Amino acid sequence: MPMFSHEARLKRQALFDLLFRNLTRAAAFGVLALLAAIIVSLIVGSMPAIHAFGPGFLASSDWDPVNDKFGALIPIIGTLVTSGIALFIAIPVSFGIAIFLTELAPRILRRPLGVAIELLAGIPSIIYGMWGLFVFAPLFADHLEPWINKHLGSMPGIGQFFSGPPMGIGILTAGIILAIMVIPFIASVMRDVFDVVPTLLKESAYGLGATTWEVVWKVVLPYTRIGVAGGIMLGLGRSLGETMAVTFVIGNAHELSKSLLMPGNSISSALANEFTEAVGDLYTSALIELGLILFFITFIVLSLARFMLYKLGKREGLAS
Amino acid sequence: MIAEKIVTPKLVVRNLNFYYGKDRALKDINLTIPEKMVTAFIGPSGCGKSTLLRAFNRMYQLYPKQKATGEILLDGENILDKKQDLNSLRAKIGMVFQKPTPFPMSIYDNIAFGVKLYQALNRHDMDERVEWALKKAALWAEVKDKLKQSGTGLSGGQQQRLCIARAIAVKPQVLLLDEPTSALDPISTAHIEKLIDELKEDFTIVIVTHNMQQAARVSDYTAYMYLGDLIEFGDTSTVFTNPKRKETEDYITGRFG
Repeated sequence: MPMFSHEARLKRQALFDLLFRNLTRAAAFGVLALLAAIIVSLIVGSMPAIHAFGPGFLASSDWDPVNDKFGALIPIIGTLVTSGIALFIAIPVSFGIAIFLTELAPRILRRPLGVAIELLAGIPSIIYGMWGLFVFAPLFADHLEPWINKHLGSMPGIGQFFSGPPMGIGILTAGIILAIMVIPFIASVMRDVFDVVPTLLKESAYGLGATTWEVVWKVVLPYTRIGVAGGIMLGLGRSLGETMAVTFVIGNAHELSKSLLMPGNSISSALANEFTEAVGDLYTSALIELGLILFFITFIVLSLARFMLYKLGKREGLAS
Repeated sequence: MIAEKIVTPKLVVRNLNFYYGKDRALKDINLTIPEKMVTAFIGPSGCGKSTLLRAFNRMYQLYPKQKATGEILLDGENILDKKQDLNSLRAKIGMVFQKPTPFPMSIYDNIAFGVKLYQALNRHDMDERVEWALKKAALWAEVKDKLKQSGTGLSGGQQQRLCIARAIAVKPQVLLLDEPTSALDPISTAHIEKLIDELKEDFTIVIVTHNMQQAARVSDYTAYMYLGDLIEFGDTSTVFTNPKRKETEDYITGRFG
């Protein structure tokens, strides 16, 4: 009977819809479950260390596996400072690259340069690490560090951050290598968002007599700020968690020093270096707690960035 | 009958040719645009009317493959001259586009943007200038209580009047309107047309339009262009009621285009 088969088809479709809806929902919630599982296992794993050291773990610069005394201060500072240096260098350079590619470069140069930047983003981090250790660090020690020592090291106030023996490896080197690694990410995101700014909007600003710089700074950048911030966050996320390249050049020393030229340690490189040799339960647990801290740092930084964008939008009347 | 305005030439175009790469988009254009009147450019798509308009503020200069030869005299000075400073040219010749293009900033800052490029006004003077421009653009009453809100939150017609206010805030002499109502509804279009009529008291206005009724309603002079040639130029009532050329008549009576 035709009526019957029509109803059957409707039923089948409804069933299929239901199945499909539930499958996509399962996939979406699967991600949440995975996230929760990771957090829970990190917390469970770090319980022994949390019991042993309490909140003092965050403020202590001890790292003495022999006597089972651990503190996270040095790796936390190392992670934050190297990422800070990386962004300090990478943001203006990426901005320049993106502006050149979208506004200034002749059309025939745009594609090859864009491809080169994407290739740079695809290089495995261990290669950056090797290059940093074998090529960049010696050059840095021989040529740049003496100059930094001489000129910045003698300045009042900031001098203490730039003094010390020119060893090539250390916090500053790690920051520079990280900058080189995140520039392609930030630059290609910035280029993509600058590319979608409507031509008429730019022409309107040029039509008022604005220079290229004024158009970029006052129209293009405000128009794309969410995308630009997204690109910077992508770079920051990558530099906070970057392990191999940093491990090669940071020096892996559990020492607290004001100088950026001295070796230090970051959370991820401490984890990479020490997991295999962590014999005691407390040692392992301290490392897991380091991982938990890295997780939270990333979370807090990303939330702050969101909040900042929200405030900015409100001030400019966009979220009215 | 009201006495005829005295006609002073504001922009004089002499032997203007325009090229997109190797394509010649304007062919030996000669034309005089009178001061403080509305001149309309009409013609089918691709006839070169927008190209001609964009030559007046040298907007084409943004694109390396476009170039113009000949002369465009603004008060007797050739603005196509290499020595012409683009920024000061654009301070004298403002432009409004097919679509509203408010900048991503507050209504107040949208107006102040252009002014700040040329003048360092104190807070009070800038407030006055913003109010003046918004009043001129017939937008003040609608936005005076929300100057700090984003310009992108206004309706399409309001956004376009904001763009007009932004252009006149710099106090230009000439205002170029490139199909200013093509993205607007009929009521907003009527607003803008009324505004154009008021603005010609202070500014020389050149408008490109696809809408022949609009050209007939707002302009004092009309230029009909076709395939890069200026076919006919004269005062609007003559061009529309008694065109000299057959091509013009065919176009305005809707026989083609």
